[in-house]
Amino acid sequence: MKLLELLGYYNYWVFAVVLTVGLYAVIRKRNLIKKLIGLSIFQSAVFLLYITMDKVEGGTAPIIQKGVPDQVFSNPLPQVLILTAIVVGVSTLALGLAMVVRIKESYGTIEEHEILGAD
Amino acid sequence: MTFMEHLPALQVVVPMLSAPLIVLLQPRGLAWAGATAAGLASFAIAIALAMAVLDGQTQVYAMGGWAAPYGIALEVDAFSALVLLLVTGAGAAALLAARVSVDRQIEPERQPLFYAAWLLGLAGLAGIVVSADAFNIFVFMEISSLASYILIAGGPDRRALPAVFKYLIMGTIGATFYLIGVGLIYMMTGTLNLADMQARIGDVVALNPILVAAGFITIGLALKAAVFPLHVWLPNAYTHAPHMVTVFLAACATKVALYVLIRFDSMVFQDRLSDHEFQFTLFALPLAVLGILVASSVAMFEGHLKRLLATSSVAQIGYILLGASFVSEAGITASAMHMFNHALAKGGLFLAVACLAFHFRDLRLSELGGAARRMPLTCAALVVCGLSLIGVPGTAGFISKWLLITAALESGLWGWSLVAVILVSSLMAVVYIWRIVEALYFQQASAEGDTSFAEAPLQLLLVTWAVALLNIFFGLFPHLPLALANGSAALLVGGAP
Repeated sequence: MKLLELLGYYNYWVFAVVLTVGLYAVIRKRNLIKKLIGLSIFQSAVFLLYITMDKVEGGTAPIIQKGVPDQVFSNPLPQVLILTAIVVGVSTLALGLAMVVRIKESYGTIEEHEILGAD
Repeated sequence: MTFMEHLPALQVVVPMLSAPLIVLLQPRGLAWAGATAAGLASFAIAIALAMAVLDGQTQVYAMGGWAAPYGIALEVDAFSALVLLLVTGAGAAALLAARVSVDRQIEPERQPLFYAAWLLGLAGLAGIVVSADAFNIFVFMEISSLASYILIAGGPDRRALPAVFKYLIMGTIGATFYLIGVGLIYMMTGTLNLADMQARIGDVVALNPILVAAGFITIGLALKAAVFPLHVWLPNAYTHAPHMVTVFLAACATKVALYVLIRFDSMVFQDRLSDHEFQFTLFALPLAVLGILVASSVAMFEGHLKRLLATSSVAQIGYILLGASFVSEAGITASAMHMFNHALAKGGLFLAVACLAFHFRDLRLSELGGAARRMPLTCAALVVCGLSLIGVPGTAGFISKWLLITAALESGLWGWSLVAVILVSSLMAVVYIWRIVEALYFQQASAEGDTSFAEAPLQLLLVTWAVALLNIFFGLFPHLPLALANGSAALLVGGAP
C-alpha cells in the first residue's frame, strides 16, 4: 500500500528527477550552450509541477456548456501562470544565447574554463 | 477614482510604457532626456505615495477593477514606500548623472535601447515592491533581472559578458526556486495573494509542502539578493558593468530581493508555522555574520576600486539580513534603515567612482595616485560617502548601525557577540575605506601622468555631491526614513494592521 501510494505520485517523481537533471547540467557542464540547455530542462520541471497540481480527476477544460450540469473542471489558473512562466523562460533563454554569441565573438570560445583563463 | 488612487499602478506603468517610446528617440541626447524625465516622474510618484503612507493611509489598488483575492492587487504600505523611495531615487539620480558617462561607454546608436532597458529595470523593481501577489512578484523579478543582464553587458568591457552569464544562470535558478515555492504554497492554500495566503496558511493541515516551499523561497530569494555564500555572481557583475549601471544596481537591485524575502517570510511563514521564527534565525543569522566578516576581510585585500566596493556590498547585505534575522521590531527597523542608508552611501561611492573613471582608465588602487590633486571635489565626496559606509556619527550609516546594535542587544544571549561582530566589521570598513583614501590622497602619481586640475563634468559632480550631502542630512535628520522603517516593523512583526 505504502509503495503504491508513493508510485501514485509519479508525476511529482518525474518533476524531482527532471529538476535535478537540469540543475546537474547547469552546475557540471563546462560548455555554455549545454549550461543553457540544462537551465531549460530545470525550468521545464517546474512547468510539470504546476500542470500536475491543476489536474482534477475526470476534469475537462473549463468551458461552461449549456445543458450539461455538474461538470468537473481542471483548475485553469496554474495553466495560465505557467504560460507566463514559459514566456519568461523563453526570453531568458534567448538572452542567454545572445550572451553566448557575444562571448564567442569576443573570446573565440564558449568553454567556461578557457574563458576564465583568457582574462 | 481620483488621480492619487492610481499612483500605485502609475509607479509601474510610467517607466514601463516610457521604455518603448524611448527606443524611438534616436537623435543624440533625446533618449537620455526622455529616460530622465520618466525616472524623475516615478520618483515624484514614490514621494507622493510615501507622503500618503506617512499620513496613515495604505494605498491598495485592484488591477482592472477585480477585487483582491481574485484580481491582482497592488499595495503600498510603509515598507514598500521606503523601498520605492530608494529604488526610484537611485534610478532618477543615476539617470540624471548618466549622460556624460554613458556617452563615453555606450555607442550613440545603442543608447536609446540602453535607456529603454534601464527603464524596464526600474519598472520591474518598482513592480516587485508594489505588488501584493506572489506570482506577480516573480514576473516583475524576471523583468528587472532580464533588464539588468542587458544593462551590465552593455558596456565596452568584455569581462562583463562571462560575469553576466553567471548572473543569468544563478538569477534564473533563484527565480525558479521562488516559483517552485509559490507553486507549493498555491497547491496547499489555493491563493496567490499575500494577504490571503497569510490568512489561509494557518488552516493547512499537511505542513510538509509548506516547509519545502519556505526552503525554496528563502534560498531562491537569497540567491537573487546575493546573500553570502550565494553572492558569487555579484562582485564581477558590478565590477565590469558600465559605471552608471553599477550606481543604479548596487543601490537598489539586491535590496529589492531582500525586501521580498523579509516581507514574504514575516507575512506568510512566521507566526503561522510553529518554530519558524527560530528556524529563520538559525538559517539567516550565521549566513549574515559569515557574510559580514568574510566579505569585509576580502574587501580589505582587494586591489580594484570597483570590486572592493562591490565586495563590501555583500557585507552590507549581511547587515540587512542580520537585522531581519532577529525577527523583532527593532531588528526590522534596523534592516529597513540600513537598506535606505546603504543605498545612499554605496550609490554615492559608485557615483564618485564614475567621476574618477573620467580621468583614470584603470581603476586599480595602485593606479589612482595623485587623484586628490586632480579631482579634489570628487575625492572629497568619496570620503564623505565612505565615512557614511563605515558608520561615523553624523552620517546616515551611523543611524542604521546604531539601530542594529540596539536590536542585537535586545536579542538576548547572543547580543554581545553580535555587537562585537558589528564593531569588528566596522573596523574592517575603516581599513578598506582608508586604503582608498591612501591611494587617492597620499600615493605618488605615476611618473608620466599629468597632475593638472581636471574635475569630472559638472552634471555628474553635482549629483555626486547631492548624494554625499544627503548622507550627512539623513545622518542628522533621519526622521523621514525612520518613520517609514518604524511603520514597516510595526506592520511586519508588531501585528499592526
